[in-house]
Formats: sequence, C-alpha cells, structure tokens
Amino acid sequence: MVSKETPTTTITDAAKAAINAQLSADEKIELYRKMVRIRRFEERSLRAYQSKKIGGFLHLYIGQEAVAVGACSLMGEHDHVITAYRDHGHAIAVGMETGPLMAELYGKVTGCSKGKGGSMHYFAPDKNYWGGHGIVGGQIPLGTGLAYGVKYQGKKGSAMAFMGDGAVNQGAVHEAMNLAGLWDLPCVFVIENNRYSMGTSQIRSSAGPGLAERAAGYGIHWAKCLGHDVYEVRACLNDCLELARNESKPSVVEIDTYRYRGHSVADPDKTYRTRDEIDEYRKNKDPIAVFQRELSDEGVLNEDLIKEIDTAAREEAEKAATFAEESPFPTPADIQRDVYWETDHPEQRTSKGRLFFS
Amino acid sequence: MPEITYREAVRHALAEELERDENVVLMGEEVAQFNGAYKVSEGLLEKFGPKRIVDTPITEAGFIGTGIGASMLGIRPVMELMFWSFYSVAFDQILNNAANVRYMSGGLINCPIVIRGPANGGTNVGATHSHTPENVLANHPGVKVVVPATPADAKGLLKSAIRDNDPVFFLENTMLYGLKGEVSEDKDLLIPLGVADVKREGTDLTIVTYGRSVLHSLEAAEKLAKEEKINVEVVDLRSIRPLDIDTVLKSVAKTHRVLIVEEQKPFASVGTQLGFMIQEEAFDQLDAPIIRVTTIDAPAIYSPPVEVEQLPNVDRVYTAALQAVKS
Repeated sequence: MVSKETPTTTITDAAKAAINAQLSADEKIELYRKMVRIRRFEERSLRAYQSKKIGGFLHLYIGQEAVAVGACSLMGEHDHVITAYRDHGHAIAVGMETGPLMAELYGKVTGCSKGKGGSMHYFAPDKNYWGGHGIVGGQIPLGTGLAYGVKYQGKKGSAMAFMGDGAVNQGAVHEAMNLAGLWDLPCVFVIENNRYSMGTSQIRSSAGPGLAERAAGYGIHWAKCLGHDVYEVRACLNDCLELARNESKPSVVEIDTYRYRGHSVADPDKTYRTRDEIDEYRKNKDPIAVFQRELSDEGVLNEDLIKEIDTAAREEAEKAATFAEESPFPTPADIQRDVYWETDHPEQRTSKGRLFFS
Repeated sequence: MPEITYREAVRHALAEELERDENVVLMGEEVAQFNGAYKVSEGLLEKFGPKRIVDTPITEAGFIGTGIGASMLGIRPVMELMFWSFYSVAFDQILNNAANVRYMSGGLINCPIVIRGPANGGTNVGATHSHTPENVLANHPGVKVVVPATPADAKGLLKSAIRDNDPVFFLENTMLYGLKGEVSEDKDLLIPLGVADVKREGTDLTIVTYGRSVLHSLEAAEKLAKEEKINVEVVDLRSIRPLDIDTVLKSVAKTHRVLIVEEQKPFASVGTQLGFMIQEEAFDQLDAPIIRVTTIDAPAIYSPPVEVEQLPNVDRVYTAALQAVKS
C-alpha cells in the first residue's frame, strides 16, 4: 500500500525565490485582493444558488484560491490557460470581470458566454483564457494544442492546462502528455490535487506512488508543491513556465490543495470525509489566512487594509449579483445564435444549403 | 482538363491549400514519412517539411484534441483519421470540443478544423473498420459534414472545407480512391459546401444519394434508360450539413417519385432525415411512397462476396428504381 499523504515539496522559503522577491508591495496586495475577490464572489454565488437563482451545477473553488491566483499572475503575453469545470477562480485570476461571470451563472445574456455556457464554461480568449470545460480531462489535449499553436507561431510562450486529481486517470490526459513530451511542446500540466474526485478519495482512484510521478514515464519534468501558499505556487510554476518558454519543454506539476465545499453545491459532502479534516485544513492552511499573516509580517498589510479589501470584495460580489439580477435572459431567438461562425457572419457566408435551423 | 484519381484530387487540394496559407497543417497517423495509410499525402512531407506535415502516434483523442486546441489559436489543421471508423475513439474531442466550443463560449471561440479520412465499407475489413458516421456527425449542430463522390468534387469541396471557419468533417470513401475523373487545375476552384449536384437529368424518378452510391445510381440509371426506357434523375447531395434540400425538392417537383440510396444502415440515417423532409415539404408532389436502398442492417460482415451484397449495389438500386416507378 502506497502512501497518499500530502506531496512533499522541494521549495524552501518560497517568499525569497527570485520571482517573489521582485514583487512590489502593490503587486503582493493585488495577489491577496484577487484571492479575496474569488472567495467573496463564490460565497455570493452560493447564496444565489441556495435561493434558486442559479441552475445546474456550481463547483466552488473555495480553499484553492492560491493556485489559480499564483499561476495566472505569472502569465505573459503569449502564455495561455485552459481549465476544467471548477473554473471561477481561474477566470477571476486572469482578469475577467465578476459582473459577466455572475450573470453567466444566472443564465443571463450579459454573461461572459451569453448564458450559453453556465458555471462550467467560462471563456475569455482576449485574456488567453480558453475555458472552462465540462468533461473530466477532455480539456487537456486542447491545452497541448494551445502549446502547439504557440510553438508553431514561433512565440515565446506556454499553455498551462489545469486539471483535478480525478482527471489524471483519463486516457486523453496521457495521450496529451505523451504528445507534449514527444514534440517538446511548451505545455505545463497543472494537477490541482484537492484529494477528492467527486466523492472518491485519491487513494481509491489512483494507483502508483503519486500523480506527478507519472510524468517520469514520458520523460517530462515534474514537480510538486503545496497549494495553500501563493508564493510557493508561483516559485514552483515559474520554473516550469521558464522551461516551457525558453526551451519549449513540457512539465507536470502536482499542487496539493483542498476544497472546503462538496464536489458541487449539490453534494452534501457528508459521506466521504470528516468535518474534522475540513476544519483542520481551514484552520492551518487556508490560503487567504496564510497569505494575510505572511503579508502582515512583511508589513505590507495592516488591519485597515485587510478590512478595506474585504469590504470592497463583498461589495463587488454584491454588485455582480445585482448586475446579474437586473440583466435580461437570452431570448428564444438567441438559442440558435453562435452555433456556426458562418450564420453569425451572414455577409461573409461562403456555403449554401440549409444548416437545418437557419 | 487532366484526368486524375480521387486520391490525387484530395492530395492536390491539400497541397494547394498548404501552399496558399501557412497556417494550414496536415496531421495524423502515418501522413508524413509513410506517405499516408492510403497514400493520399504522398510527397507532401518532401514538399512542405515536418513542421507542416506531422506524423502522430496512434492516439486519436490526443491528436484530434491537440488539433482542435491549435485551431482555437488560429492554426488551420487538417487532421487525417486513418479510418473514419476511429472517430469513436476521439468522439469526446469531436463532439464536446470541436462541435460545442463556439456555442458554449457565446461565439467567442472559432474552431476552423477539418477532420478527414476514408470511411465506409467494401474493403472486407469487418465491423470495426467500416463505419459510416455521417448521420452521427451531422446530428450535432456546429459542424459541417461533406461526402464527395467524384475526384472533382473531392478537390473543390476539400478546398472550401479548409477555408471554412467552422469544423468540417470530410468523409472520403475508401473504395473511391482509385476512381478517375477530370479535375480542373485552377488553384481557386472552390465548390461551396451545401450545393447538391444533379449528376444526371431525368423525368421519371429522382434518386437522392451521396458518396459511392452516386456511382451505383448512375450505372443503374443508364441500365434503366437502355432496358426499360425509364429516365432517372440522380441528385448527389455532396454535403449532408449544410444540406441542399431545395435542389432535391426541385427534382421531386419534376419527377414526383423518390428513391433514396445511401451506404448507411437505415435506422436514424441521413435517408431517414431526407424522407421526412421531402414528405414535410413536398408531400403533394409525390405520386408514390418514398423508398430506399441502404446497407443491410447489421454490423459490416467480413465475408468478401457477402459484403458486396450487404452494401448498396447496382442491382439493388436497379430493382428498387423499377419498383419506385411502377408503384
């Protein structure tokens, strides 16, 4: 029986790593602010869900904020991100506005995907953010494709392809890792190991000594780090991104993190883990509390600023909810828009015949 | 016009579009060093180099997904499936990513990809290698499905497919690769998707068909004209989605009788859709029930002489056409 305990980290004193040492006080505050904004946004969305304003699934990212914020803060002009259905954190981290994000949850036409995607399908190609994908592991080949595109176009960039620990057992993920290794694609496969794929703990789903270790079979660089410390996430991923940008080499990173809520808010979360386990993590490893302490010790944050950031994040979330509430739903005519490029650009239409609904 | 094979026509279309647009790449199993499992891409590696002509491992979900991801960034990949039968291995990527991404993103993301390769039975390779998935593919809004029957159509339609901004699934028929026909050398010869072609004019019966069945239908029509003085019109759909139902209806208004011939199993097939649309939009024009010739409803049999009988053939089309005209 192999141990499935917390992955070990090789990073010591991440705050002093060059990529973090160069951060200004304002940049550190911005990292902190983004994490708080994600949490308040999601808490507000949960309330909206409970009052039945939101349909479908709502997979909350609460507890994992340092991963998306740390990773996306490293993005340059030619770095791209793609993720799975637990995508709110990444969307805010890449700079999407919370109004259209909340409106998307409400199924409103002002949503980032015009009410057509929902919680699991956020996209912002103008921010190099390619979603938001609902099939476990299905987005990972697309991530290698983004990396392929970056390399093909001769850009110095990368693609970060995020997945959960459950996705690592999907065949498509391994096909993608193999291709990235074979073709030297600048792809960083980021496993957000929150320990549970839906209600199945990792110990019941994954063979072998760990998840990142599987990269060794493809000859790909791999690393592990702790995900509750945004400095550590940045230090670890920065190495991988530099490898991608400078040498066009892929890597696999397993980030140990934790979600406080159930798989989705429809999951009562009572059968597969204990309350004590959640409380223990929340008490000792909450990413926002950890960073708050760190920045307070550094003299970057003080009580007033902490309060101000929190109040602003709550107000922003409330404003997003109001925007969503007041926005219109799509009309039945919208159902058949955005299906084909061609039907959305009738003046440039080249093909004839019926596409069946036009 | 020079006479070339269907295989060469596909190759010429690929070469011309690779030449025209540096964002076009050809990717798939054995397409480069091996010159293609069916030799469609012969010589392309030599001409365009390994950056543009890319061999992949045998991992359909992985490489089709990679092509889709690259297409989102503005690359225009042409992905070769060694057999269209293997679409099932990559179906999550084809359906959930290529077909859905534009819609789920509210129109923010385009996916200008072509997935192409040989489809259909007739080569005695059994059930796993003889799929005809055009009905399954066409069931998904967001994609286009093209099925050329002649070398000229293969070239003109593939060039249009590569320039199209939506995902296009291009189904070549394995049995047609050696077929010869006249093909223009015009580098901008584009046949728009969704325009049916009346391959033979007639007055007594409309055969609506596509793919290899076009050839069987034309041969049966010649025989009917000679032996029975029956004048058959043959409408080749060329693309399933978009579908040129207007050309079909125009023909029905002329002949008032319809036979559908498709190399496909009959349940929930393209012919099923066609039959419904014809009765919906031209019921008053019909003098007789619509009938059809399909693949006999079973997985593809291996046994060579029996597989010939399982698929539509000239005799079956001839007999059904006689029935359609005399009923």
